[in-house]
Amino acid sequence: MGVLARASLGEIAGCLEQAPPLPAHVRLRGPEAGLVMVRGRQGGDGGRFNLGEMTVTRCSVRLADGTLGHAYVAGRDLRQAELAALLDACLQRPELHGALLAEVVQPLAARQAEAAAKLARKAAATKVEFFTMANMRS
Amino acid sequence: MYVAVKGGERAIGNAHAWLDEARRGDPALAELDVAQVEQQLGLAVDRVMAEGSCYDRGLAALAVKQARGDLIEAAFLLRAYRTTLARFGASEPVETGAMRIQRRISATYKDLPGGQVLGPTFDYTHRLLDFALAAEREAVAPAPEGVADPAPMPRVTELLAREGLMRRESRSDAEPPDLTRDPLNFPVPRAAWLQALARGDEGFLLGLGYSTQRGYGNSHPFAGEIRMGEVTVEFTPPELGFAIELGEIVLTECQMVNQFAGSKSEPPQFTRGYGLVFGHGERKAMAMALVDRGLRAEELGEPVDAPAQSQEFVLYHCDNVEATGFVEHLKLPHYVDFQSELEKLRSLRQEAGQ
Repeated sequence: MGVLARASLGEIAGCLEQAPPLPAHVRLRGPEAGLVMVRGRQGGDGGRFNLGEMTVTRCSVRLADGTLGHAYVAGRDLRQAELAALLDACLQRPELHGALLAEVVQPLAARQAEAAAKLARKAAATKVEFFTMANMRS
Repeated sequence: MYVAVKGGERAIGNAHAWLDEARRGDPALAELDVAQVEQQLGLAVDRVMAEGSCYDRGLAALAVKQARGDLIEAAFLLRAYRTTLARFGASEPVETGAMRIQRRISATYKDLPGGQVLGPTFDYTHRLLDFALAAEREAVAPAPEGVADPAPMPRVTELLAREGLMRRESRSDAEPPDLTRDPLNFPVPRAAWLQALARGDEGFLLGLGYSTQRGYGNSHPFAGEIRMGEVTVEFTPPELGFAIELGEIVLTECQMVNQFAGSKSEPPQFTRGYGLVFGHGERKAMAMALVDRGLRAEELGEPVDAPAQSQEFVLYHCDNVEATGFVEHLKLPHYVDFQSELEKLRSLRQEAGQ
């Protein structure tokens, strides 16, 4: 679910081109945009406090066979949330699970991991290597 | 007091039409795209998200464009928009210790696990106007990449706490107060003031934080650690009953390390002031941490005699949307009020003249 929440609508739709067609679904709730209050901890590790809200879109769908799918994704993209909910339902279907995992979830996860790794490498390039002044004086 | 007056619809309509035209500027120039604001004025967007208390880069960028770059007006727009949305619930507390670090520095330890990571910073720039930015430029080369160290980056405060030199936070999972739902009743707990400071005005908190350094509430701070990067937000929907990941948000966290003389029950040790803000907002996070420590004076048995140590002073004045509302309401018609003042003044002068 985290992988689909992080992916954009375009990224998910792009992966679905290679995947088997998704079954029809009905919307049970949403998609609707709302807020989640983000909490932090005092001092980073103490009691909770309310930091501020973030926009979140949620959606719940049902497949013809009754399988339910839910999604809560950061942002306001209604179609992304609906697609994520539909995929959540389809991933519970044994006949679709393998193909969707291989064609959608894993490629997106790999792309997200690479983006995070690239950021980490850029950060690493700005890590300070200290010279000790004692050596420079001697 | 002000009174309702009718009239002026035409003038208001025309004024807003002019506002639209002024916002657009010279039509010979390309119109600013919201995505351009989001990407290229990222720190303005971050500030609007922090003070608007709503994390959504697209909405904040739209607000910056609509407000013609007036960031307090933009925060106001974002605050107004958030009232139109239902709240699904509250997240699990974000784990800033597991932040995917873009920047992490400490002014208290040179060599610390994970090292000093500068990230995309203005520090060490010469603050000379770069006229190359005013000219057409070739594509910017991608930033160099190094070899990432997968080792965790423990918080500096944790290193001190392990030695018993840093006062530990009391970890509780009590439901925190929410100032957007419940009015402030002084004295308020620290959770309430941290929420207020996180959405407070950067300029106001900067001035107050500065005042604590200059002696109004002696706090002798060290920037123990500043870190900026992505954290994962987890949320437990009631229909699922387990936490799911909503996505990532960028946060800036500051841990100020301050002296504490100790008390009858506690040995001398360091205490912390804490700052946490949406987006990349280092100055704000540092100022917030200074003011947080100031507000802890009473809890730590210190004298409370400076503005930054007074809950009422800080919390009633740090919110720029509230402050703007009351300051700018002075623009509304006060004709009747003023008429009575005029009459009073005239009669006083008449009496004095007799």
